This record gives sequence, C-alpha cells and structure tokens, in this order.
Amino acid sequence: MLPRSVTKSRLSGSEWTLDDLLAIEQMCARHAQRYALDTFPNQLEVITSEQMLDSYVSSGLPVNYGHWSFGKQYLIESGKYRAGANALAYEIVINTNPCIAFLMEGNSLAMQALVIPHACFGHNSFSKSNYLFTQWTQPEAVLDYMLFARNYIADCEERHGATQVEQTLDALHALRDQGLDKYKRPRKLDTRKERAEQAKRLSNAQDAMRQGEYYSVVPHAAKSAEAMPTFPKEPEENLLYFIEKHAPKLEPWQRELARIVRKIAQYFYPQRQTQVMNEGWATFWHHRLINDMYDAGQIDQGILLECLHSHTNVIRQPDYAPLNPYALGFAAWNEIKRACQSPTDEDREYLPGIAGKDWLETFHDVMRNYRDESFLLQFLTPKLVREFRLMNIQTTEGLDHWVVSATAGADGFKAIRTQLAASYRLESYLPEMSVVRYGRDSDRKLTLQHQSYGGRLLQDDEAEQSLKHLRWLWGFEVSLEAVGENGKTLKTY
Amino acid sequence: MSSVIVDRRPDRGKSTGNRQRVLKRLEGALRAQVDQMIARRKLGEHDKSADIEINRKDVKEPRFLLDSKTGAHGRAVPGNSNYRVGDKIPRDSPQGKGQGSGPGAGESEQEDMFRFALSREEYLSLLFDELELPPLIKKDLLEIDENRFRRGGVVRYGNPSTVCVARTFKASIGRRVAAEAHFEEALDAAEAALRVARSSAVPARVEVAEMELKEVRRRGADIPFLDPIDLRHRSLVEVQSPRTAAVMFCLMDVSASMNESRKDLAKRFFTLLYLFLSRKYAKVELVFIRHTDEAQEVDEDTFFNGTQSGSTKVLSALTKMREIMNLRYPPSRYNVFGAQASDGDSFGDDSSASSAFLLSELLPFSRYFVYAEVGETASESGSLWTAYSGIASEQFNMATLTARNEVYPALAKLFKKEQPA
Repeated sequence: MLPRSVTKSRLSGSEWTLDDLLAIEQMCARHAQRYALDTFPNQLEVITSEQMLDSYVSSGLPVNYGHWSFGKQYLIESGKYRAGANALAYEIVINTNPCIAFLMEGNSLAMQALVIPHACFGHNSFSKSNYLFTQWTQPEAVLDYMLFARNYIADCEERHGATQVEQTLDALHALRDQGLDKYKRPRKLDTRKERAEQAKRLSNAQDAMRQGEYYSVVPHAAKSAEAMPTFPKEPEENLLYFIEKHAPKLEPWQRELARIVRKIAQYFYPQRQTQVMNEGWATFWHHRLINDMYDAGQIDQGILLECLHSHTNVIRQPDYAPLNPYALGFAAWNEIKRACQSPTDEDREYLPGIAGKDWLETFHDVMRNYRDESFLLQFLTPKLVREFRLMNIQTTEGLDHWVVSATAGADGFKAIRTQLAASYRLESYLPEMSVVRYGRDSDRKLTLQHQSYGGRLLQDDEAEQSLKHLRWLWGFEVSLEAVGENGKTLKTY
Repeated sequence: MSSVIVDRRPDRGKSTGNRQRVLKRLEGALRAQVDQMIARRKLGEHDKSADIEINRKDVKEPRFLLDSKTGAHGRAVPGNSNYRVGDKIPRDSPQGKGQGSGPGAGESEQEDMFRFALSREEYLSLLFDELELPPLIKKDLLEIDENRFRRGGVVRYGNPSTVCVARTFKASIGRRVAAEAHFEEALDAAEAALRVARSSAVPARVEVAEMELKEVRRRGADIPFLDPIDLRHRSLVEVQSPRTAAVMFCLMDVSASMNESRKDLAKRFFTLLYLFLSRKYAKVELVFIRHTDEAQEVDEDTFFNGTQSGSTKVLSALTKMREIMNLRYPPSRYNVFGAQASDGDSFGDDSSASSAFLLSELLPFSRYFVYAEVGETASESGSLWTAYSGIASEQFNMATLTARNEVYPALAKLFKKEQPA
C-alpha cells in the first residue's frame, strides 16, 4: 500500500511526516529507475541532533565499541554545535546493506527532499558499484562485525580491566592510519568465521606458549646477525597487521584488539579516496532528481527554491580556500555530461575517450572504475580549470612564500591536473610508513621506515608520542627512520 | 523495493558511556576547574550545570602526520584572479594560508581549547568527591525529588495497571441493576401485548407480538457482566512535597588572621550546608554576617571577598543574628540554621559571653547551629573552642576544619539527624 501522502497531489510547506519521507523516497526511486541507478534497499532513520553527534563520533557507524576518544569527540562537537559555530550535517549515510541514511529531525520538508535523493540514491548507488567499495568493503557484514567488536571489547574490559583495554586501544588508535592494506585486498568480513578463527588463534597461541617454554631451554647455535636473513623479507606496510602477528609481548586478546582496529580502519579506506567523486555524484543526482520531482508536479515551487538555495550553498567555492569536494565533484560530473553531449574541439583533444558518447553510460562506467586521483587525472577538463580559476603554487622548506608555478590556461592545464590529482593520493596526506626490519632472533628490535617525498618529514611531537605508544605495544626497542627518495636517511627517531 | 523508515528519536543517550570515560580521563583537569568554580560561584549557583574549558593537550591522540613546514610541496588553489606564473605569495597572507587541498588537510588548524558543559550531577559529584562525602549522602544530595504522588481518588480513565477492581465491579452491578430493571418492564409490556394479541386472535398480530417478545428476551440476555464503561481507575496526583522555609545564617570572622585559604575552606563548609538545606527545604534564605569587633550584614560577594580590619568580637555577630532573626525570620515561620566559621581567636570575656548568648538566646530558636574552627593549625584549644565545648545541646555541633575532607565530618551529625527525605 502506498503511504497516504503519495496520493496527495503535491508536497508543500515545511512540515513533514514519516509518510512524507517515505513518499519522497519512492518518488525518487521511480525517477532513479530511468537513470538505471542501482541501489541497496533504503532504510531511512529519523534522528535528533544529539544522535547526529553520536553518529559523527563513530564515523556514521550506528554501533561502535566504547572508548574515551569517542566521548571526547562528542564533547568537542557538541560544544561547537551549542556555541553555534558548526551547523550539523543534514544527513549521514554509510555503506551498509540495507543502506542506512540518518536524517535530522530538524530538517524542513525541502531539506529532506534534498537529502533523501542525495544519500539514498547518490551515495547509495555509488557505494554499491564503485570498485573500491565492492572490493574493499562488505556492506552486508559491517554492522554484524561492529557488534562483534563491541561485545568482544566489552568482554575484554571485564576480563582484563578497563584500564588495560583502554591503554591498548589508545596505542592502537595512534597507529590506525598505518593499519591499512593499500594494495592487497583484505579478506571479507565474516563475523561467524571471525569468531571461530578467533578461538583457534587463541588456542594456538596457548600451544605456542607452552611449546615455547620447552623450546627456550634448547641452546641456540650462536648466529651472527649478518648471516641471518632480514625479516620481514619485504617491507610490511600494514603496521597493525605486523603487530598483531609478530609483537613479542602482546597478550592474545590484545592482538585481537589490533585486528579489530585495523579492520575498522580498513573499512573506511575507500571513503577517503573517493570523496570528490562520491560527493559530486550524490550532488549531481539530488539536483537531477529534485528537478524531476518538480517537473512531475510532485513538489511545489517553494520546495524547489529552498532546495536550490541549499544546493548552491553546498557547492560554494570560496576563492583561495581549500577545495570544496562538493563543488569540485559536482562541476566535474557536469563537465563529463557536457563533454558527452556537446563536445568542443578541446574536449575531443583532452577527453577523446568520452567526447560525444552516451552520457549516462559514461557516467556509470566512470563511477564504477575510478577513484578521486584517477578520476581527476582522466576527466578534469580545461574548461573546469578555467572556471575554477585554479593555479598551482609550490614552496620548499625555509621559503616564506609560495611561488605560482602554473595558472589556468592552455599551457598550465596539464600541470594543474597532475598536481590536483596528486593531492588526492593517500600518500600526499598520510605518511607512507612500513616495517623494514624485525630482529626476531636477536634483540627483537623493530625498525620502521618513513618514505619521505620531497623532503617532507613527520611532525616531531606527534611522531614521538605515537612511537611511545608503539614501543609500549612492542615491548622492545623501536626505531623509525625517514628515508628520502634517494635512499638516504634524513632523520632517525 | 523494500524501503523502511525508522524513527530513532526515542533511543537516547548512546554517548553516555563514552562521556563518562572521557570525564574520568579528564578528572584532574576537571577537578582543578571545579575547584576554581567553587571559589567563583555563589552559594545558590552550585545547583546548576557548569561550563568547562579543556586544553586539547590533556586528551591528545597522537598520530603520524606530515609536517607542512618541512620539505617541498605544492597544491592547486581555486579562485585565482591576480597572480601570474612566477608571482610570490607570502605564506602567512590570506591567500597563502588556506590549508592544502587534500582531504586530510586542515586538521592541524584546531583551536587549543574546547568547551563543554558539565551537567549539574557531574559538577556536584566532583564537588562532593573533593569533600569526600559518603556515597549515600552523595546520592541523596544529587537526587531531585521535588514531586511526590499521592492517591487522588477514582477516575474513569487510566492505564490497565491502575484498574480498581472493587470499584469496577460496583459500577458493573449498578449498571446491570439499572439495565435489568428496564428489561423487566419491557418484558412485562411485551408479554401483556402478546396476551392482548392472542385474545384478539388475529394471527398477524400474534406473530408480531411474539417477535417483539423474542427481541426483548434477546436484549435481556445481551446485558454484559462487565462493560468498558464500568472501568474505574485509581488516580495519582502530583503534589509538591510539603516543605517549609528555612533561613541559613552564615557567620564569619573576617579579621586579618582569616586568610584566603581559610576563607576558601569556610566557603566549602557553607556551600555544603547550603546544598543540604536546599535539598530539604523548598526555599532557603541566606543571611551573611561578617564580623571583626563589630558585625555587619553584607551580600555574598563582600562576605567572601571583602576585607576589613579590626580585632575580634564574636558576640557582635551572634547579637546581629538574633536581631535579624527577630526582625525578618521569626522562628515560628522559618527553620533557622546557623553556621559559624572562625579561626578561633577571641579575647577577654568575649568567648564565655558568646557561649552563654548562644545557649540562651539562639539555640532555643534554631534547628541547628554548627561552629567550624578553620585553619591549618586549628586545634581544640582556642578560647572560643573551650567556651563552646561547654554547650551541651542536641542542636549544636562543632568541628575543626584543617582540610577539605574535614568539611563533611563537620556537618555529618546534622546530616545523620536530618537525612534528606
């Protein structure tokens, strides 16, 4: 049965009921069919501002384990919100199946008409089909896994004491960004398997410990450190994984915690690499679907105008400010559409692959197979660069100014495109770190390497404090060296 | 497509656990702030939430981050309208400041401090922890039980758990008696009609009368034993718990020997007593009397912060208290509480005169009078102490206060005596 308001001629005003929201969702669904948007089933959840803050602190996940850092984030966010410094997001959506979208109760009807197509059709279809999401996340399993993690950690708190668990999590959180498999695809999350294997790992660990006791009384033939092969053979980029498997002193439950923290960090890996594309995609589709609803007489002019007002706020790009992913993404998708439908000579030169093709087909292909970096590298048009009046600026250590190295124009386009795309590479804002040596048979010293590009180093105090956490987890000496592109050591910590 | 809508608004308080964790972690910093706040807040303001400011350093979560000051790097900037290739932009100019364009950029640009509000309970709980209150007393003081419910008779509506069975049956009997009486009448009438019809011997009329009688009988059988209109419920009405007015006299020696730390201790002593009384009485009036060799009634700020020099005459304050009590707070209408803080100095016959005055003129009209001898060296040998120890009365108590955790023991007797309901 259709909700009552579907039969109402047209939505208007600013008050809404739960039925209205469902009606909007169904109207959008009908329009979205024409564009072949493939989505998970939607689950709309109406929440209060307080609950929105809850969602903020756990990156949208409705279930999370307990840790003081989430409480801190809540205090900071709610303080800002109370002071009026920050407006809250109108919606949060995460890639689960069904796709859960949180809608703020304070939104007007028009805002809801904007955020439902944005979240439930834009983000939803993106996360269902984009290759990073399909390869790296399991939308069916994540909520189960979070529940498992929460219960396991609560259980650890009871068994081993809240302080112990807290200290372990503190340390693991400091290494969260280094807990990613960037190239090797992670195994699928499966809570049942996870539990079974956890039990196996625990009993193995106990066996190993028992055997270790006998083993340790057998005298070793003294080997010189040089004769031994280095371990690991290849540098290991996933520091948390390495800790989970090899940290000499950790208790089995602490290894499990390391596993949980890195699994969750891994889950957000696709998100951070597709921000421009994903937000642009969602913005493009809310804009489109709202217009379709208006054309079909399903919403009145007042709602349309309020939606457009919010839409223009969302895609505002102030001069000389950080790039707004909504603005850049929305413009980029529109440029693709334009280049498909009415290509200019310039488009034929720079985007020969899509100029003059069917726009919708191209859209789906691009959405499936790219991430921010490759997306911008492939589809940034000279026209967009001109319209955004982009320029490249460079600086080096010791210089008190930036030097303009390229401006929008035929000669500057390629340089700007390269620089812009590169800034969305993970390595441009996350230090690239790896485990290079573990003295497994000698002093158990762990050696890390930070691969520095262009002489960029780590922030000293943050690095020292993170290392302190790492040393606590490792239990033996840990050293970190920054290595330049030429292989020279720049700095040791 | 199976879309679902869920109203999550009723599930609240998901963050409570994590809030407690972070507050616990911040305990040191919070204590320091609450400490300052006790000095800053007025007695009547302690019952409110408190704004707290915390340095991010206290809850830092370190990570490996790239330092934007090192190395060579570049970025793409939008909105260029004045620069050409080769131009220089100072790093600290508005155009040069915007953080990098990457998604991770901009995070280092955070304020050093963040603000949030401690709830009334959290604030008081820290305050009480500092004063080392016993858990039960703490609980009593934290609870707000302004309203009580009492039976408010029987009403016709309510939820099923409040059904009053006896009254419902009574109503049911009444209804059935009334309905059945009507039924008897109708039955008699129908039977009479049938007799008349039979005597007329017209088959059609007989048939109609028989049908009528049948219908009446059926209706009679339909009278239910219990009907929704019989339902009666016990009702509860909210009543303000009967509380009366109280007046709290704060007496303090402000001669030069009462230094800041002694006053600070005295303030905690007055605060705790006030919180206790405000829990017990709906309205607590505060009177502040300070004295050196003469007593003055002053406002709270002057009381705690003003300075005055002179010698010490305790009797002057006690006399002032009686004067104000007689004038504005007749003991017949107010519960009178007295709290006196002094460093114990008094000279000549002041001590014995004060003690006598207290016993004869004040205690008979007071619910309670407590004397605290404040100071790092407060001992049980001062002249005032010696004089006061002669007072044997249920309504009087005295204690020495040298540290914060002694504030509660000083008032413990009163708390025990008048457990907040």
